[in-house]
Amino acid sequence: MNTTGRVYRAPEKDYPFFGAFFIKRGEIMERRLRVVVIGAGIVGALIAREFTKYACDVCLLEQEIEAGWGVTKANSAIVHGGYDDEPATIRAKFCAQGNQMYDSLSKELNIDFQRTGSYVLAFSDEDILHLEGLLTQAKTNGVIGCRIDRRDEVLTRQPKLNKMMKAAFWCPSAGITEPWMIAMAAVESMQLNGGRFFPGNPVIGVDVDHKGAVRGVRTSQEFFHADIVVNASGLYADRITQMVGLDPLLLYPRKGEYILLDKKMGSIVSAVIFPVPTKQSKGILVVPTVDGGVLLGPTAEDLDQRCIEDTSTTRIGLERIKSLVHRLVPDIDESQTVKTFAGLRPETPLKDFVVGPTEIKGFFQAAAMRSPGLTSAPAIAKYMATEAVQEGIGIQLTSNPHFRPNVPKYIRTSEQSLTQWDELVAKDPRYGKMICVCNKITEGEIRDAIIRGARTVDGIKFRTRAGFGHCQGGFCLPKVVELLQRYGHIPMDQLTLRGKASALLSSEVRT
Amino acid sequence: MEKQNMICVSCPLGCDLEVEIRGEEIEVKGYRCKRGETYARNEILDPRRMVTSNVRVSNGDCPLVSVKTIAPLPKGLMGELIEALKQIRLEPPVQIGQVIIRNFQNTGIDIVATRAVGLDSSDQKHEPEHELKKVSEG
Amino acid sequence: MKEIRVDVLVIGAGAAGMAASIESASRGCHTVLLEREDCSGGVLNQCIHNGFGLHVFKEELTGPEYADRFRRQMDEKGVQVRTVQFVVSIDPSKKAVITMSQEGAVVFHPKRVIMTTGARERAFGSLMIPGTRPSGIFTAGVAQRFVNLQNRLPGKKIFLLGSGDIGLIMARRLALEGADVLGVAELMPFPGGLARNIAQCLNDFDIPLHLSTSVVEVHGKDRLEAITIARFDPKTRTAIDGSHKKIEVDTLILSVGLIPQNELIDSFVQIHPTTKGVVVDSMMRTSHPWIFAAGNNVAIYDLVDFVTLDGKTAGQNASRFEETFPSDTLPIVLGKSVGVSIPNKIVKQGDPFILYLRSKKVIEKGIVEIGPGLIRRTRIGIKPSEMIDIPFTQKDLERLRESNLDRVYIDIQEGS
Repeated sequence: MNTTGRVYRAPEKDYPFFGAFFIKRGEIMERRLRVVVIGAGIVGALIAREFTKYACDVCLLEQEIEAGWGVTKANSAIVHGGYDDEPATIRAKFCAQGNQMYDSLSKELNIDFQRTGSYVLAFSDEDILHLEGLLTQAKTNGVIGCRIDRRDEVLTRQPKLNKMMKAAFWCPSAGITEPWMIAMAAVESMQLNGGRFFPGNPVIGVDVDHKGAVRGVRTSQEFFHADIVVNASGLYADRITQMVGLDPLLLYPRKGEYILLDKKMGSIVSAVIFPVPTKQSKGILVVPTVDGGVLLGPTAEDLDQRCIEDTSTTRIGLERIKSLVHRLVPDIDESQTVKTFAGLRPETPLKDFVVGPTEIKGFFQAAAMRSPGLTSAPAIAKYMATEAVQEGIGIQLTSNPHFRPNVPKYIRTSEQSLTQWDELVAKDPRYGKMICVCNKITEGEIRDAIIRGARTVDGIKFRTRAGFGHCQGGFCLPKVVELLQRYGHIPMDQLTLRGKASALLSSEVRT
Repeated sequence: MEKQNMICVSCPLGCDLEVEIRGEEIEVKGYRCKRGETYARNEILDPRRMVTSNVRVSNGDCPLVSVKTIAPLPKGLMGELIEALKQIRLEPPVQIGQVIIRNFQNTGIDIVATRAVGLDSSDQKHEPEHELKKVSEG
Repeated sequence: MKEIRVDVLVIGAGAAGMAASIESASRGCHTVLLEREDCSGGVLNQCIHNGFGLHVFKEELTGPEYADRFRRQMDEKGVQVRTVQFVVSIDPSKKAVITMSQEGAVVFHPKRVIMTTGARERAFGSLMIPGTRPSGIFTAGVAQRFVNLQNRLPGKKIFLLGSGDIGLIMARRLALEGADVLGVAELMPFPGGLARNIAQCLNDFDIPLHLSTSVVEVHGKDRLEAITIARFDPKTRTAIDGSHKKIEVDTLILSVGLIPQNELIDSFVQIHPTTKGVVVDSMMRTSHPWIFAAGNNVAIYDLVDFVTLDGKTAGQNASRFEETFPSDTLPIVLGKSVGVSIPNKIVKQGDPFILYLRSKKVIEKGIVEIGPGLIRRTRIGIKPSEMIDIPFTQKDLERLRESNLDRVYIDIQEGS
């Protein structure tokens, strides 16, 4: 790491208010720029990682004990094509760009990304008109390869779709991924490049100096000096916005409920299936998941501003999903349900992202990341560290020549050939002991997850997929608990499902 | 006069029994065979239960050993038995059938182990701390 | 990669697998029993309550004791038990079973395979109960393992959903350990478990049983805080308005059903569409002549003794390698009152066997009719929770062969 020498180029003008020192034209400063990103969802994590591509000191703060456990954890996991956003919007700007970045991003971070393509089904002439509108919008937004296919063509590729459809809009660049893995891998990448991660650290204040520039961020444990603060705090964006004294974004949560079906249903569709959207939402979809399951949903219910932690499913919501999916795929069998869950998306009355610099010098928003936030995240990260910083504080950051983009891949024995697996077991027999029998995950892989940061049952689940299968932990939970004790040194009475107050078990039977 | 209802468990019929207790006299109604009457009487005069539970083992390959009463125990003593079991700590090896408590409360009933527990043989005790990546502070 | 030839390979060392392997080894077959856990015994190891062995040993044993009897016999008969060995896949075209262990991959080439892979518990997620997703929700088997093998209580204020035996046993276990067991909800209008368990697990501890009731909502952000239960209309199977009640609990234990596990063979072997059990004939052979099966992966049994007996049959027949193996079968067709039968088919030239049936209804006095005209048996106190066992004797088989039935019809009639 380079601690001396040129860290940034002096701007055209002097900025006397900038931090504790004075940048003069031509002078070279020795202190690295301090960046604090609030929120380690996919957006915050990728932004934090992006800043480590430059000579900055990066701190990423997160209130949960893991990255990606807010909005990032519970959504459709779709990398959208970008045809669906009105051209003048901010999301249109970032969605198509972000989509294109997923190939290289997934290789660098070694996470699952599949370009499955997507279909929007039309059942009437009015629907077809809408599809034609999508085609035009796609071209304007720079989305390549879209077209409208007739019914028969669509059915040869996706035979299980409703034969009553007339046509479908096909977008080859849409895909599916595993959003929380991206957030976690982005955090690891940031750490490998010198950034620091502070989970379990909710922000309680952001300090602004008398000249209207950020000084730093306050948590209950410490104060982080900052030249740049990025608000990527998801559902909590307004809390942070109000801490700096800016007008609230009027953020409110939009609840989406989901039904996840067993892998047995996995082959029913191989692309993301959309209905023609309504004014309310993109509709109830049928989405394949990267690990072979099928996701149904989401519903779209606007909640009161204060309900930013309400991730409960409802009878009405689940019934709605069940009643609407058959229109797209008649053979969906709900008896194959593995689990149901709900996620919240942060929405504002503008129905668009709030991204970029603000009146507070050094304070940047990466907020209201509703759909297509996941898709746009890599593009927003790039924008934040370049154009936004330039516009906001007049600085062009210097590259970090030591940036290493890659993150080691998690070993997945279930993806290896028998010979490869055999060789692996010869080196470490723990990869030969099965723990999660539904998804075929071994003790070695769970130990890897613990070494890379998992301290809870969900921490292991989200890194390895142990417990995601149809027995839902029925066979592996007691073993995962034992491994958390053995490799994570966590005593039984401190084990939790996902941190905070989610205690897993109670007292001993016999002391 | 006291009334009690119970289900006879002597056969799959599961007759609903109604028992009326007048001092020393017990009248049973609702049974369809003699076993029902016997069952009800026993439940009133001398209710007994087989009790199965666990006892703590130190340094064993399992933290608990399962135990049972070798004969049905008077129902009223169940609570005391559990309390007594809580006080015991065994060292391995434990054999199946090993007597854990002899003649509990003078009932003539022993409490025995129902599984074998050996010494803790795991060589993978604990992963060295330094191997764990610190979660915070990069 | 090791390749091993064996006579009989048994997959799953629970009650069925242990019985099957003992039988096969007794007949001189080189028998290997595979088990993915650290030791044999299956769920018997955690079922510390008694009620096992009344038929097979004429004694009442606890689960661990029952398992121990079979371990001794496996030792005596020379069954090769391989634990921490996981079956990755089965290739019927090559007659190969691919496995992985801590010593590496091993491919077995068995002359016969016996699938005794048991069942898994129906999980909370599949019930689609609205509400939050806090910690504190366990299936009964998982709770039982924590309590009896890992020395941990699941919680302190407990409610149970489902009155199946596993749940009832856990209700008692937890009440004995001083937990507050607030009640059991059962969706059906009748209990799911044995009457003996209702009496000794619930009534003994004054734990209320709410029939025609289920959990309709779960509350609590991080850990479970409460559940809402409601009464259900038995006809419409929907919650009755106004019957909702919120109960403060920190633990919800589910015993809402067991699902046979046949993922290794379900792509090439006939599976029953409703029960998801593997279809077997009276010789415990599946639709693939190489593969036999017994135990909970065939159908859900309620007495382990019956599992043992069927495991024995599978072991017996799997170790027969004669050229003319009897294979002419007649399908069993179930009437309105019967939900499940084991087996699903009868081998005409086969051996006598025991037929197990599960009624769909509660019938105080009923007549089981098989044939028609083959067997008529009266049974009292018929309940869905208690299997009916009916011996199909040599004589019954002879009469079957003499008749010109092309299927065997089974139903239960009410009355005398």
